[in-house]
Amino acid sequence: MKRAAVTLAALAFAGLTGAAMLELSAPPVRLAAQVAANIERSGVAHPVTAVLLNFRGYDTLLEIAVLLIALVGLTAVARRDDAAPAPSAAEPVLQTLARLAAPLMALVAVYLLWAGAFRPGGAFQAGAVLAAAAVLLNLARLLPAWTSPGAGLRWGLAAGFLVFLIVAAATIGEGALLQYPPAWAGGLILAIEAGLAVSLGLTLAGLFLFLSEEERP
Amino acid sequence: MNLAFDLLLAATLLWSAWRALAAPALFRAVVMFIVFGLLMTLAWARLGAPDIALAEAAIGAGLTGALLLDALGALRRRGEGKG
Amino acid sequence: MTTGLLFALAGAALFAMGAAGVVLLAQILRRILAFNVMGSGAFLALVGLAQRDGAADPVPQAMVLTGIVVAVAATALALALARRYRALTGRDALAGDD
Repeated sequence: MKRAAVTLAALAFAGLTGAAMLELSAPPVRLAAQVAANIERSGVAHPVTAVLLNFRGYDTLLEIAVLLIALVGLTAVARRDDAAPAPSAAEPVLQTLARLAAPLMALVAVYLLWAGAFRPGGAFQAGAVLAAAAVLLNLARLLPAWTSPGAGLRWGLAAGFLVFLIVAAATIGEGALLQYPPAWAGGLILAIEAGLAVSLGLTLAGLFLFLSEEERP
Repeated sequence: MNLAFDLLLAATLLWSAWRALAAPALFRAVVMFIVFGLLMTLAWARLGAPDIALAEAAIGAGLTGALLLDALGALRRRGEGKG
Repeated sequence: MTTGLLFALAGAALFAMGAAGVVLLAQILRRILAFNVMGSGAFLALVGLAQRDGAADPVPQAMVLTGIVVAVAATALALALARRYRALTGRDALAGDD
């Protein structure tokens, strides 16, 4: 009975939303044109990066804070039993692959970070590739799972948010929040992106590694 | 031609999401969810959003898939331990 | 029917599917899967509707990029809570749901 009601409601919702979408007229506001008109003053050449780090930089600042809070929540909840599962045998092929792939992934991450100013890429993609390298190393038993974070890890996790806050505080004299002086915008964005990439990589890796129960080698 | 490809991609997207939610075995549901993530990557590429496609492939399909599989394995182990 | 509008419609369907899944499915892991499907549907609708004229729009793309990263963090936290719940109570679904 409940299944029928919910299914019917979902179908009705999808149908009504679809009909409303089909009835929409042309959009009155053209944000793409406004971004393109201001992109020389933003410091980067790629519109998505300009929106993320300059025009809507405040959203990115809050987002990195939300990620940090989620990670803190996860470390508070995660608990490992002392009765760990029986370890399976190490796999040499996987370990060799991980050893070969991890430095290449780090290189790709640095490239994505740099290329984000000119073409698709940026801090989020770079951080994701770094996190993927860490997860790969953990699955190959080359990197032990994280328990409680030490001082270095804490600084690394907080670095992105701190760099962003410092830049925001330093440029507060320009008028609005996170309004970069146009001559410095490119350099500031690169510095913020570097901090974000490191922090994001560590945070995303931590989301997996604080929960992982892979045996230490 | 483009519209036919987009229609096919949207249909496969809906089908993989349906299988991810309705599969009787939990492992199969997680695998179909990873497939759904990869198809979303194609959808973002078709929508002219290469940044989102990169992020969806690495984070949406890759990291979320790894998290789900790890959780599945841990829940299975706990289940067998408690009996 | 442009690409944007087509994927926006698919996004609406995914959102409805995911919402029905969250309500109807009992196991916590399946609910997390359904919630992620809902999120992906919302992202598709956001970008698809903004690009229904065919031109790429960087502002909703930046918002969806933020959304994907926040969604994975929320999923990880939900999975950690599900594992802890399983360790504490031995159940796969919330009390009163199965």
